[in-house]
Amino acid sequence: MALLNLHLKVWRQTGTQPGHFQDIEAPEIPDHASFLEMMDIVNERLIRAGQDPVAFDHDCREGICGMCSMTINGMAHGPERGTTTCQLHMRKFRTGDTIWVEPFRARAFPVVKDLMVDRSAFDRIMKAGGYVSVRTGAAPEANEIPIGKDVADAAMDAAACIGCGACVASCKNASAMLYVSAKVGQLNTLPQGHAEKDRRTLAMVRQMDAEGFGNCTNQYECEAACPKEISVRWIAKLNRDYAVASVKEVVGIGRQQAGDGD
Amino acid sequence: MKLDSKIPSGPMAEKWSRHKQDSKLINPKNKRKYSIIVVGSGLAGAAAAASLSELGYKVKCFCFQDSPRRAHSIAAQGGINAAKNYQNDGDSVHRLFYDTVKGGDFRAREANVHRLAEVSVNIIDQCVAQGVPFAREYGGGLANRSFGGAQVSRTFYARGQTGQQLLLGAYSALSKEIARGGVEMHTRTEMLDLVVADGETKGIITRNLVTGKVEAHAADTVLLCTGGYGNVFFLSTNAMGCNVTATWRAHRRGATFANPCYTQIHPTCIPVSGDYQSKLTLMSESLRNDGRVWVPKKAEDCGKPASQIPEADRDYFLERKYPSFGNLAPRDISSRAAKECCDDGRGVGPGGRGVYLDFSEAINEFGEKVIKERYGNLFDMYERITGESAYKQPMRIYPAVHYTMGGLWVDYNLMSNLSGLHVLGEANFSDHGANRLGASALMQGLADGYFVIPTTVANYLVTQKPGAVTTAHPAFKQALEDANGRINQLLGVKGKRTVDSFHRELGLLVWDKCGMGRSRAGLEEALRRIPEIRAEFWENVLVPGSGSLANPELEKAGRVADFMEFAELLCRDALDREESCGGHFREEHQFPDGEAKRDDENFCYVSAYEYSGDLSKPILHKEPLTFEEVHLTVRSYK
Amino acid sequence: MSSLLDSLSRFYASSIGKKLLVALSGLALIGFVLGHMIGNLLIFAGPDAINEYGHMLHTMGHGGLIWVARFGLLAAVLVHIVATIHLTRQNRAARKDAYGKEATRVATSASRIMIFSGLTILAFVIYHLLHFTVRVGNEYNNPALYTAMLDGQPVHNVYKMVIDGFSWAPASVFYIIAVALLCNHLSHGFASLFQTLGLATNKTWPLFQKAGHAFALLILVGNCSIPIAIWLFGYGR
Ligand SMILES: Cc1cc2nc3c(=O)[nH]c(=O)nc-3n(C[C@H](O)[C@H](O)[C@H](O)COP(=O)(O)OP(=O)(O)OC[C@H]3O[C@@H](n4cnc5c(N)ncnc54)[C@H](O)[C@@H]3O)c2cc1C
Ligand code: HEM
Ligand code: FES
Repeated sequence: MALLNLHLKVWRQTGTQPGHFQDIEAPEIPDHASFLEMMDIVNERLIRAGQDPVAFDHDCREGICGMCSMTINGMAHGPERGTTTCQLHMRKFRTGDTIWVEPFRARAFPVVKDLMVDRSAFDRIMKAGGYVSVRTGAAPEANEIPIGKDVADAAMDAAACIGCGACVASCKNASAMLYVSAKVGQLNTLPQGHAEKDRRTLAMVRQMDAEGFGNCTNQYECEAACPKEISVRWIAKLNRDYAVASVKEVVGIGRQQAGDGD
Repeated sequence: MKLDSKIPSGPMAEKWSRHKQDSKLINPKNKRKYSIIVVGSGLAGAAAAASLSELGYKVKCFCFQDSPRRAHSIAAQGGINAAKNYQNDGDSVHRLFYDTVKGGDFRAREANVHRLAEVSVNIIDQCVAQGVPFAREYGGGLANRSFGGAQVSRTFYARGQTGQQLLLGAYSALSKEIARGGVEMHTRTEMLDLVVADGETKGIITRNLVTGKVEAHAADTVLLCTGGYGNVFFLSTNAMGCNVTATWRAHRRGATFANPCYTQIHPTCIPVSGDYQSKLTLMSESLRNDGRVWVPKKAEDCGKPASQIPEADRDYFLERKYPSFGNLAPRDISSRAAKECCDDGRGVGPGGRGVYLDFSEAINEFGEKVIKERYGNLFDMYERITGESAYKQPMRIYPAVHYTMGGLWVDYNLMSNLSGLHVLGEANFSDHGANRLGASALMQGLADGYFVIPTTVANYLVTQKPGAVTTAHPAFKQALEDANGRINQLLGVKGKRTVDSFHRELGLLVWDKCGMGRSRAGLEEALRRIPEIRAEFWENVLVPGSGSLANPELEKAGRVADFMEFAELLCRDALDREESCGGHFREEHQFPDGEAKRDDENFCYVSAYEYSGDLSKPILHKEPLTFEEVHLTVRSYK
Repeated sequence: MSSLLDSLSRFYASSIGKKLLVALSGLALIGFVLGHMIGNLLIFAGPDAINEYGHMLHTMGHGGLIWVARFGLLAAVLVHIVATIHLTRQNRAARKDAYGKEATRVATSASRIMIFSGLTILAFVIYHLLHFTVRVGNEYNNPALYTAMLDGQPVHNVYKMVIDGFSWAPASVFYIIAVALLCNHLSHGFASLFQTLGLATNKTWPLFQKAGHAFALLILVGNCSIPIAIWLFGYGR
């Protein structure tokens, strides 16, 4: 095990006040430590020196909860593909490196403190339609509707999203299309999600827009940053589903009765 | 105090349906008047909040993460059991019930487990309807895999992410109810205390983790769905935020804590590599299907690379000791065997705490490609963490704390002895006895949340006038003062040691003395040391910053302070239980060959502790366990 | 009716709605660019071919069709420009604080300068229209100088106009720069539009990408061959 001497440039910010970069020396970091463990060591030292430790979000530390969120050297979750910050290990760095550590930046993700950001916009998008409206107890027998393996696997590919927001952080336009497309795509792919397909698609995209995310310009930085390597083809599917739903809405297909009936 | 488990009468298979029949109903118009606090948004909490809101109750739900979707349930990999018998391999509700009781080493309550097995089938239906993408077969039907402790294939799974997929299902249901206005969601909000007004649980005290604001919330009943306390050991497979605070504070307000010493150690985790380490990572149990576990026969070989140790000098200890189950022996048994080897000085890797899990034979037999298909993700994860390739050299693994079977005591209605306090999921003690079988925690969390509490909560609510107690009640004022006082106390110590350093010290001690193997001498030492560490904590802890802003160190400090108190109860229970059962292994109580020796005559009961005001003198209440359906036998896996 | 307008305006207001319009208008413009290039290449078939082509364009449908095409194109261009400017502004706003350390992993440089390549193309198109369509600041509208005989009929001498136009170096240089940027624009835009229209799948995407690059190259080579031949190699002079 080797020890690394690192120079950190860490973003410090309190709430809505303007932030700044703080230069922090991080000597003797074990290369077996994870990035967050490196931050733990740095924080221990800061605390003992009477300084304010760096606040960051984390929980599971095994790459599944989606809580950790740092942009490291300009890359959301750092340089390793398919890896969250908590699973990034220091052996990917060299002694003497300067490492920039910043929050996920997006207008829709306001900074809470230092590297912690508010990603509740994602929850509000889900609230807009990220569900199948089935009541507890009202479900049919699980094997009643067969679902082909390809369909189930495809839905699972989309469902692998951990909602970390790296797609937004890495996108030049801070667009949330990869997240939204994965969420919409999972349910729109499955027969269980069909009844509410158009409604869900329109509502979730509208909420996404209302939150102030940017638009997709098909540059695919999101896919490169996604720790679960969700495919940008889900965005293509979302575009398609949205187009269909919009045309139906504009023309009024499927809603002939609305207004006179109920 | 009498602990009344309120188990319905009648034959085992009819208890739950009878109980549903007999449970009270509240008409829809009145349901709207009742408010319910749900603390936790994991499988248990999210499922409960969504289902209760659907019924019409006003629900307030809390979690400390930034989104309900990040509750620790998300980390479960393997799967969820259900007695669907889709494989036609002879599974049934009764068999699942039996396996779970036996797996729990006959220390669980039969009636609860039977109910769990019954509703397991509904859970799968519910999840599929929500759009949970379970693995499927080509024909379109659901796929199953087998798991430890069972001879049938009844585990449903979604790649290596079953927990995340089930939680996303529950979260979507919760989102739907939040959108409808039935649930008011409070994220980044931590419960600091429980409020008991005139003997009834009527609310909680919380701290907003962004603004630091400490607030009171009142409701007609409170549901704690706050998960397990594995982090008392500092290093565990649990998420960093998992805590005992919610249940411990409830305990201090009068709820009895049951079986705290029942903790589960998972045999296949990545070993500790240094003292900077913050958590341990689970490697799925499924690896043991193809991997062979061994250590060198001679201690002096431990420093050599594995490839230089000849076959004759390797000790495949699981195969040697348990010829019929071999590398697939149950969790508690495999864990202890690994520990014995390491205690014997034959452990491998840093600090000598590790054993090999070797795939070379499987790779030779099936080829690297097949092994990659089966375990590629896990091998990648292993390499990311250790920097070593398990295709080229054996994995190193070591047991780690994984799950806690103990929790707040509850009756059949999931209500604690404290009137109005309900406890669901890992936070309660109810279904797993002294050892939990793989894939049954997810089942329990969802069973409690979707199917049990929506029925049973009414039994309590009908006894209450809705909204009778508000935050104006003096009990709230008192609890607010207590919580603020504790925060100021933590900030006021201004000592020299960080919170983590205390947590690490406590954890190492508890792991050492009350981990895989427990002895009277060790436990007594722990019981001597814990109060000392606790005293030093309160004199020398250094919590930076203030209480009025986001302050992760302060959050940790509060949790560690509670672990400091809880650890004592954990060790005391372990000392008190003079037998070995499931995850609780007392070195004094073993057969000559090292197997656990249960004592049904003297210890066939649930230990439920009441807080006496003095941490060193908890009051023990015993709920005797009676077995109608299952015969008590010695668990043997030889 | 108003609910129809509501729906339409919501469609435009949405991010995907605007993107779909950009893609559709982009597709129309691609069609135009291709047709335009093929027509122009007739210059290598000699004066009669291109003059006849020019005459045909102006007389189709009694001279009406060209206006239909022009308005169609104008609409496409307007939609394309208005929507892309809107989108670009929204995108800038969405990342209001820049990273201290910027890094790009996969985004192509073409994709990152779409608005600049687009606006330069726009500037060129305006110049180009003034040059060859409205014909200001030159004598191309003077029948005495630019009339050719086709099947015994006098028609506008497109051939001579083009040769003369590109004989002037600055015009050729600007043209080449603009076409190069158009090529760049399309090297991202062509495949991108299939993603936007939801037609890209894991299987089809590599195809669209290759086709996009090939198309962009074709546009580059095809269009640039004209000024290069005239200006550098003296074709037709
Ligand atoms: C790595 C790993 C793998 C596992 N794999 C499996 C498996 O394959 N199959 C299986 O059946 N089980 C598995 N388990 C066990 C299972 O995941 C858990 O037991 C189960 O998910 C617990 O669910 P829960 O709802 O009770 O609690 P959790 O999911 O832990 O949720 C707790 C909730 O309470 C909230 N909370 C906690 N404290 C407070 C507080 N003080 N204030 C406010 N909110 C609070 C949290 O925010 C969270 O929302 C695994 C566990 C681990 C660690
Ligand atoms: C003949 C001229 C043009 C052609 C053939 C053309 C073609 C295209 C195509 C095919 C796209 C891709 C659409 C998509 O991603 O779905 C595109 C995108 C774009 N165009 Fe053009 N375009 C032309 C002119 C312009 C002009 C004049 C502008 C100036 C404003 C412009 C600005 C853009 C921008 C900014 C984008 C990116 C939009 C996005 O991805 O969000 N284009 N163009
Ligand atoms: S901390 Fe959970 S994904 Fe990184």
